[in-house]
Amino acid sequence: MSLLTTLARLEAVRSGRAEPLATVRHRHLSDRPMVVVPLTAAGEAGAPLAVMLGTDRDAPRLHLVPQPLNRTLRFDFLAELAADLLPYLESFAEDVEQIEGSEKDPETGEKTQVFRELCADAPQLIVPNGAGVRHLALLGRSTRFRRTVEDDEPGPYPAPVRVPLLGRWLTHLTDRAQVPGTSLLLSMTGLLARHWATGQSHLEDQHLAARLAWHAPPRGLTGAEAAERAESARDDRGQLLHPPAGPATDPRFDEFVLAPAIARYDAATAALQHGVEQRDEAAAERARAAVRTAVEELREVLTAVLLPTWRDVWHGLDLLRTLPPAGHLAERWTGDRWSYTGHRDRLAAGEPPQPRQDDAVTAARKLAQREREQARLDVQEALDDPLAMAGHRLAGEAFSGVVTEVVPDYDTTGRSPKPRPLVTLRTADRPHADLGREAHRVRSEAEGGPAAQKAEIAAVDPAGGTITLRMLSGMGRKKEPEPGSLPEPGDLVTFTLFELTVRQSAPLPEPDDTPWTHGGPPGAAPVPAPSVSEEWE
Amino acid sequence: MNVSTNVPSSGHAEPLAQRLAELRGPAPQRSLNARSLAALAANPGCHRRAVLDAAGVDKSALAARLGRPAPFGQSPFAIARGVIFESRLKADDYAALLEPLRAHLGVPADGGAPVQVPDLLHRSGPAVRADRTVEALARAAADPDAWTLLDHPMLRLDVAGGTAYLEPDAVVVHGGRCTVVEIKSFPVLDGGADPAKVGAAARQAAVYVLALQQAAAALAGRPLATDPYTEQRLPGSPRSSVLLVCPKDFGNRPTAVAVDVRRELATTRRQLGQMTGIGRLLAELPAGADFDLAADEDGVPTRSAEELAASVEAVPAAYGPDCLSTCELGFHCRARARCGDRVEQLGRGVRGELGSIRTVTQALAAAATEAVTAEATTDAETGPDEAAERLAYAAALRAEALGRIPVAGRA
Amino acid sequence: MAEMSTEQAPGAAADAAVARILAATVHPPAGAPRGVVVDSPPGAGKSTLVVRAARELVGAGERLMIVAQTNGQVDDLVGRLAEKAPELTIGRLHAADSRPGPEVLKHANVTLSDKVADLVEHDVVVSTSAKWQWVRAEAPWRHAIVDEAYQMRSDALLAVARLFERALFVGDPGQLDPFTVVGTEQWAGLSYDPSSSAVVTMLAHNPQIEPHRLPVSWRLPASAAPLISRAFYPYTPFRSGTGPDDRRLTAAVRPDGSALDAAIDRAAEHGWALLELPARHTVRTDPQAVAAVAATVRRLLERGLTARSEQGEAPLTADRIAVGTAHRDQAAAVRAALLTAGVPVDQAAGPAVTVDTANRLQGREYDVTVVLHPLSGRPDATAFHLETGRLCVLASRHRHACIVVARAGIGELLDEHPSTEPVQLGVPVTFPDGWEANHQVLDHLTEHRIRLR
Repeated sequence: MSLLTTLARLEAVRSGRAEPLATVRHRHLSDRPMVVVPLTAAGEAGAPLAVMLGTDRDAPRLHLVPQPLNRTLRFDFLAELAADLLPYLESFAEDVEQIEGSEKDPETGEKTQVFRELCADAPQLIVPNGAGVRHLALLGRSTRFRRTVEDDEPGPYPAPVRVPLLGRWLTHLTDRAQVPGTSLLLSMTGLLARHWATGQSHLEDQHLAARLAWHAPPRGLTGAEAAERAESARDDRGQLLHPPAGPATDPRFDEFVLAPAIARYDAATAALQHGVEQRDEAAAERARAAVRTAVEELREVLTAVLLPTWRDVWHGLDLLRTLPPAGHLAERWTGDRWSYTGHRDRLAAGEPPQPRQDDAVTAARKLAQREREQARLDVQEALDDPLAMAGHRLAGEAFSGVVTEVVPDYDTTGRSPKPRPLVTLRTADRPHADLGREAHRVRSEAEGGPAAQKAEIAAVDPAGGTITLRMLSGMGRKKEPEPGSLPEPGDLVTFTLFELTVRQSAPLPEPDDTPWTHGGPPGAAPVPAPSVSEEWE
Repeated sequence: MNVSTNVPSSGHAEPLAQRLAELRGPAPQRSLNARSLAALAANPGCHRRAVLDAAGVDKSALAARLGRPAPFGQSPFAIARGVIFESRLKADDYAALLEPLRAHLGVPADGGAPVQVPDLLHRSGPAVRADRTVEALARAAADPDAWTLLDHPMLRLDVAGGTAYLEPDAVVVHGGRCTVVEIKSFPVLDGGADPAKVGAAARQAAVYVLALQQAAAALAGRPLATDPYTEQRLPGSPRSSVLLVCPKDFGNRPTAVAVDVRRELATTRRQLGQMTGIGRLLAELPAGADFDLAADEDGVPTRSAEELAASVEAVPAAYGPDCLSTCELGFHCRARARCGDRVEQLGRGVRGELGSIRTVTQALAAAATEAVTAEATTDAETGPDEAAERLAYAAALRAEALGRIPVAGRA
Repeated sequence: MAEMSTEQAPGAAADAAVARILAATVHPPAGAPRGVVVDSPPGAGKSTLVVRAARELVGAGERLMIVAQTNGQVDDLVGRLAEKAPELTIGRLHAADSRPGPEVLKHANVTLSDKVADLVEHDVVVSTSAKWQWVRAEAPWRHAIVDEAYQMRSDALLAVARLFERALFVGDPGQLDPFTVVGTEQWAGLSYDPSSSAVVTMLAHNPQIEPHRLPVSWRLPASAAPLISRAFYPYTPFRSGTGPDDRRLTAAVRPDGSALDAAIDRAAEHGWALLELPARHTVRTDPQAVAAVAATVRRLLERGLTARSEQGEAPLTADRIAVGTAHRDQAAAVRAALLTAGVPVDQAAGPAVTVDTANRLQGREYDVTVVLHPLSGRPDATAFHLETGRLCVLASRHRHACIVVARAGIGELLDEHPSTEPVQLGVPVTFPDGWEANHQVLDHLTEHRIRLR
């Protein structure tokens, strides 16, 4: 944690309220986000219990598994979820724009103009917390390989038709969520943590309601008191006043509310089966009503524990929308649109589901992408937000100051002299400005000119608080710098000691050319056969 | 799935044990179990935790009496699933358990010697059970071809001059050596598992390995090797890899994964060695302080909540937010840390940048000082306070970025 | 623990190991695996081995590519090759925007270029792994040497392995591991986890390869090798190539009775000293600790020390001294303090004290080092500060003596450190644990403690 963040947290302790960590919003927010609040059944990896979802805060939809151990009921749930979520995910696939590019003809080597489709917008899922993202990943893993009745060999337990497709989408979204700065799938705790500091620790901030308590504590309470109430206050039946944001439920809810409700459902279904077996139509009819009542009761208790979190997520979105969007959001969202379009195309091309594990080349490519995007995010946030840049200044990686002097100078070693003027600025910052180190001038787009302007540290006078830089580029091709390409005395300028453009990643071999050091091509090594019907009880 | 048994009050109470028993009062002693080991690992420097655990105080009950009960609990669904998983493992003469174990230890699936499962007298007291385990282990180790499964054996471990009893899920003996088996209900998915849970399981298993090492060294009449990484290959001594048995993927089929616990073993040895320092902590307790949670015949508690709180307060805590998920007293200590204005309430990591500043008020006062005056706080003893200077600098940058005008002297 | 051949003289043991490595590299038997791995503890003659292997491979009619990890390492290696093997033609491949320093150009047998086509005909082409990744070569090399291979990431090897058929991987497994700032949990446990070390991945896929070991450290004195071996290489022990009397550090100026001089004398006699400041929680750039480090260096120079060793006798000049820190801001603070004290720190302006972080001191060697302990003054330890490789690098750069400057209280700090490390299934455990190694080093240093009031 940087000292700047610590300071904001200290301020929040004193004020009892959340304090800003950003002056702009650093993540794209869709006009029509899909909020998804999942719950899991305790004791089993990724076993779904219920989900509340929707794009309208006033009309949440609930899907549930009345008996989480029952495979058929679980498939019913997943089919319902697929029927609900897939139309949203697919609704962005049609509206496309044509992006011009060039492609090398593999035979002639000639470049030809090509057009590629890019979806005009993309879906966005918002879950309450990081555990929610991991739950969706587990759901994706457990469903994308399922065979359905439409497969040649459906196996003993075919899943409903659209369930594997749901799994592939969830896998794509959760994988994309690993790439820094992306916005197809976001957690509300993560969003809030990027933009505000509370007066508690990161660990406690994982509790969505406790986190939000710092934003709007009830009258007379500090954020800390409100947060503790959200964490632990219980009613006279021992139930939490504010249920946790999931996906895990409170054990005491499981014990005293959920388990009895499921037991009543079990009893009703058992009675129904008995009635059917005994051909006792009257008893069966009574049992059917009892099953309906039991399911209705489950709907009620699950709605009751999900609604507070549902409202919290929407409340969080309201808070985030009060911040103006950062300058580079559209650029990064375009990357998300490409990601969405690419997955749409892979599905359309009939490609197989994402493998359980990446092969060596895919893993290395993903790592390179994540590192590149992390670097891009760091730079863009610093350029978009003075508070982010302040973090770099505090760390000695950037400095701001007022220009005191600009002295013309030239590099005369080449055939024609090049401008190499010296710019001196007065600053209170103390960067790690070793002599000769490369520096980069930050220029807003409004100022025009080339985005990158390189310089090197020419002199540092810590006592006088001045730094002199020799400008190296971005001044045009003539002997004298282009007008407007240099700052003038009195201007406020910022330089960074890190590059403002992100380097390309080095090329990697195709998976089929995986070298001997990494086990050779994936097909060469024996791969465990994918199980057709993984046990799932 | 580790169920630990209480240590019986020993016949000849040593002064330390006697003092610890007095602190606890008549309540039964809580022994080292998975949760207290986790708390030890998470916060070895906390004196409060050290004293309460050494005395075997029921911290959960204590937390409830202090008004901030521990939030820990287990869902009945999770418990039921764990029980089902373990019972499946043991069905048909442990067939489901032995299959992955054999695969791991390189023993042919069939044709080998039949598995012995000696009776370890589960209904007896811990001392009797521990003796019986020692015998069974020695007998099993004597025949390298034999293949023995000790189901819930009882192990002794010397901790701080006292004896703790530990009950691993199982120990397999083959080839004259033994292997600790730890059964967990979290899944191994595509060969991976929750690293935090595997870490906790490894630390727990390391304690069993240490107990078995002590036992083997004692049996051989040799001292325990001083180097923590040395594996003494004595008869019946444990392998330094343990087997974790978990459900595989999304199903209920068991899979066994070997986990190398040598690092955890080295750590555990040092930490348990530290526990001998408990006498020093006890000496600092004021007279009359104790953690007696008992009630008299009418149900009236021996100690009021205020008295208990005062006793708890007498032992310093090293609170950090991690405590909330590992220690029953976490919520109590957080409240105290907030009252004390301690910076640790924000996380242990924040202290690294704050130098000798310990409270929120101090930190904000430093931040509100203008950089120039921060230099003036230089005192001859410590030199300029860099932490205060950096805070002031950070505050100025923050104010500038937020468009706030820094107000000098705001506190 | 593995057996150590203590009967054999160190020189003979090392020679035998080198001979085996060269044979396996230059004349691999039919069907031998495509890689040879050499684990080299600090100062065990890794660089010498690389030069010899290059000469012998070229002597056997091969062209060779060498992969190192940083520009500094490449330049060092090129300089050494050019000097020790003047018969070789050496190509130094560099990135377009980073031309090597002038010292590389002074060798007649070295050619510089940023295009590999200009260099292909040379006996040896040397570059960083970052630059090699961009090379498109039609005719790959048959042989490669990968230097500092444990610092190389698996994904970098994946990108360059297409360029060669066989490779000699040389490195020190005890130094700092490669790292990344993004999440890689999903690949943990995979043999080809792109964020793991190149050697680890290569060995996982080629289990028939048995790593060789260089068994003797020629750098570390007899006072240091046993501790470094025990604390950082518990399963692959090594020993010092020199005996207790082979290295001597003597001062011309008598001690002035100060703690600094006492620490210097202690280190001169025993190879180690712990200069301990009173316990206090401080920020990273603890002004008093920084001042103590600077003052120690100045006294080292003022007292006219002479370093005598099997290589002869030489005065302890500024360029034979290094200061090691954990963080860059600490190094900057020490450099500023040394400047104020009149100690040269600018290498370009003549012999100067090297002040750098552990990362940048990897592979370097000095007569005396002064180390600001990574845990000094810290209220808490972090994974960064406890990383085994960091302390290992800092404590194993010296030929004569190492003076560690620290606040009191590190023992308690270690005792109070949570041991809640997560464990990934399928990831081989690396030894030792940083926490345990820190304890062992501290236990040893405590025997050589001088308190600074």
